[in-house]
Amino acid sequence: MSELASFRAETRAWLIENCPPEMRQPVRSDADACWGGRNPTFSCPEQKLWMNRMAAKGWTVPDWPKAYGGAGLSPAETKALREEMAALGCRNPLSSFGISMLGPAMLHFATEEQKVHYLGQIARGEIRWCQGYSEPNAGSDLASLATRCEDKGDHFLINGQKIWTSYADKCDWIFCLVRTDTSSKHEGISFLLFDMKTPGVTTKPILLISGNSPFCETFFDDVKVPKDQLVGTLNKGWDVAKYVLGHEREMISGMGLGTTSVSVSDVALKNIGAEPDGRLDDPVLRARIAQFEVRAEAFRAMSERFIDQLKAKQAHPAQPSMMKYYGTELNKARHELLMSAGGADALEWESDASREGAAPRAWLRTKANSIEGGTSEVQLNIISKHILNLPGA
Amino acid sequence: MPMFLTDDQVMLRDTAQPFIAEQAPISHMRKLRDAQDATGFSRDLWAQFAEMGFTGILIDEADGGLGMGHVEAGIVLEEIGRNLTPSPLLSTAVGAVTALKQGSVEQRGHWLPGILTGTTVAALAVDESAKHRPNHIALAAERDGNGFKLTGNKTFVAHGHVADLIIVAARTAGAAADADGITLFAVERGAAHLTVRPERLADASLASRLVFEGVHVDADAVIGHVDNGREGLTRILNALRTGAASEMLGVGNGAMAMTVNYLKERKQFGKLIGSYQALQHRAAHLYAEMEVARASVLKAQQLLDAGDERAERAVLVAKSMTGYAMQLSVQEGIQMHGGIGMTDEYDIGLFMKRQRVLGEFCGDSDFHAHALAQLMGY
Repeated sequence: MSELASFRAETRAWLIENCPPEMRQPVRSDADACWGGRNPTFSCPEQKLWMNRMAAKGWTVPDWPKAYGGAGLSPAETKALREEMAALGCRNPLSSFGISMLGPAMLHFATEEQKVHYLGQIARGEIRWCQGYSEPNAGSDLASLATRCEDKGDHFLINGQKIWTSYADKCDWIFCLVRTDTSSKHEGISFLLFDMKTPGVTTKPILLISGNSPFCETFFDDVKVPKDQLVGTLNKGWDVAKYVLGHEREMISGMGLGTTSVSVSDVALKNIGAEPDGRLDDPVLRARIAQFEVRAEAFRAMSERFIDQLKAKQAHPAQPSMMKYYGTELNKARHELLMSAGGADALEWESDASREGAAPRAWLRTKANSIEGGTSEVQLNIISKHILNLPGA
Repeated sequence: MPMFLTDDQVMLRDTAQPFIAEQAPISHMRKLRDAQDATGFSRDLWAQFAEMGFTGILIDEADGGLGMGHVEAGIVLEEIGRNLTPSPLLSTAVGAVTALKQGSVEQRGHWLPGILTGTTVAALAVDESAKHRPNHIALAAERDGNGFKLTGNKTFVAHGHVADLIIVAARTAGAAADADGITLFAVERGAAHLTVRPERLADASLASRLVFEGVHVDADAVIGHVDNGREGLTRILNALRTGAASEMLGVGNGAMAMTVNYLKERKQFGKLIGSYQALQHRAAHLYAEMEVARASVLKAQQLLDAGDERAERAVLVAKSMTGYAMQLSVQEGIQMHGGIGMTDEYDIGLFMKRQRVLGEFCGDSDFHAHALAQLMGY
């Protein structure tokens, strides 16, 4: 047996032994996922157990170095782990912007002291992070951000406002873009980390069309930040920001592709029924689902290819934009189909049967997928400029 | 298996790409078309393909081939697609070779050497009506002396008019819509009572209508087992669909490259038209569709080569996805070229015609989406 094959076999055996049955059920909502943090909420004791067991193996961040809480797995081993988890229906043990966005940037830009201090906490799910990027007047044109950061000698002083800060009201720390030089747009941005408990930080949830409030407005009034919490070079934060955006786009592109998510055709068959030969008894909806599934399956292959290319450093630097664009448009299409398949049941907003309107709220939530992390149109601009090299783009 | 080409596969691509671009660019296809060439492809080029090893990619090393897989075959087919090169590579080196691999030692010994040297051309006769319906096979093969007598019609047989070998899917038992009762036959060129009528298609390629009026074949013409040819036929079709999808990637990417170049050359209102966001976003969307299609094809190829049971599903997805993406590519191609795209002199229209033919071959995108739905149980 090759080394990889025995790793795979051992991994499967360990997962079977250690992943509780409750953690082999599909995640039902954002609130049902495990987010960790200083004051974590777990949907059941098994969720906590699962996170801790995986963290102890370094498998919440399997490809990070062992020194920073990872397991130091090779790309092939990481892929095998992911495949075995998918095959057994194991949940992601820890959903975390620290893992999916901040961590990769820290590995690239942070000092050794910062890596040792922050990355282990991220890997163990001890700190829940939010992302301070967008501002009321800096959306698609993110680099025009204006949150002021002044050098006060022994600390930085922050004043300004962020918006669309995901889970800011539930998060412990923020990675935040601030303006440290007003004379240059892109060369005057810095990347800071700070505690959301710091005096002067306040958050205000924003009620969305889904009836939920995953996003907040975040205000900074004379917030003092120690200077060793700057990541990368002063005024070079845009490089860090773009790096994080690349990872954010990867993360968003994969939404809705999980093998544990509900199948559109199952919902349709349940609500509409089948003809004697097994075909869904609504040929038009069936055709729409089939054409969607062709793209969804093809995109699954694309996601696998993209990750393999990324790990082998073969991916085009702008390819995350393609992934983000395609993945989010697909996810929106999927939820439109789920609503069509769900019929009147999928319209219930509060009932127990609908799990407090899980379907319609998820459907409405996906409309933000093609806006957050850079709109679809911004991604198309990036593809035009950096991949197709079209003029003046 | 990582989802990108290995170093060896990159080397093959780096050989095949310039070779086909130099030996058989689009002007090569134009020349054959304008001359109304009766063969429909260049036999010299076919011999060169053999010298390069292309015809033996899927043939086992024990039989004198390269013993490689569908990823490698796809690398060459993509270049054929990109250059719109008329070639029997898909039907011969993918379709017939996949069929013969299921045949006897004698059959392989009889046919494979000619394929390896580029002297033999093969065709597949599966379709019987305008649309691909492999679950409806009516052409009858009845016992006749020591062999069989074939009666019925086949259509859309690429290279059928020049094929030395025609692989025929026939019914030896049951009714037209039965899954079982299919037998595969190796029919030789010039068989008595077989009429082959070549028709020129929209893309100037030649596909034949075949009429079998009691064509006698010996028992040793049977590939595999009598009545049990369904599995073999599916294997041949999946190999052909995957190969076609590769060629389609070439067509789609070739049209896209031509279009993106045009956006960088053509000026209107004093500006390069590629600087207009209305066109940029459409080009970028097309790029995304083509990339996703490429991934789906590589997935199907890798699973086929690994003998993985998930291959069939991946093949359906690849042929369907690539069909949709390629269709978008040629449509955007002509529209973005504007008036010049409508002229015969300009090459973009040739991509559109080839796209239609390849898209239809072995089942179009809708056929495969429907098959995927069936496989997924709805």
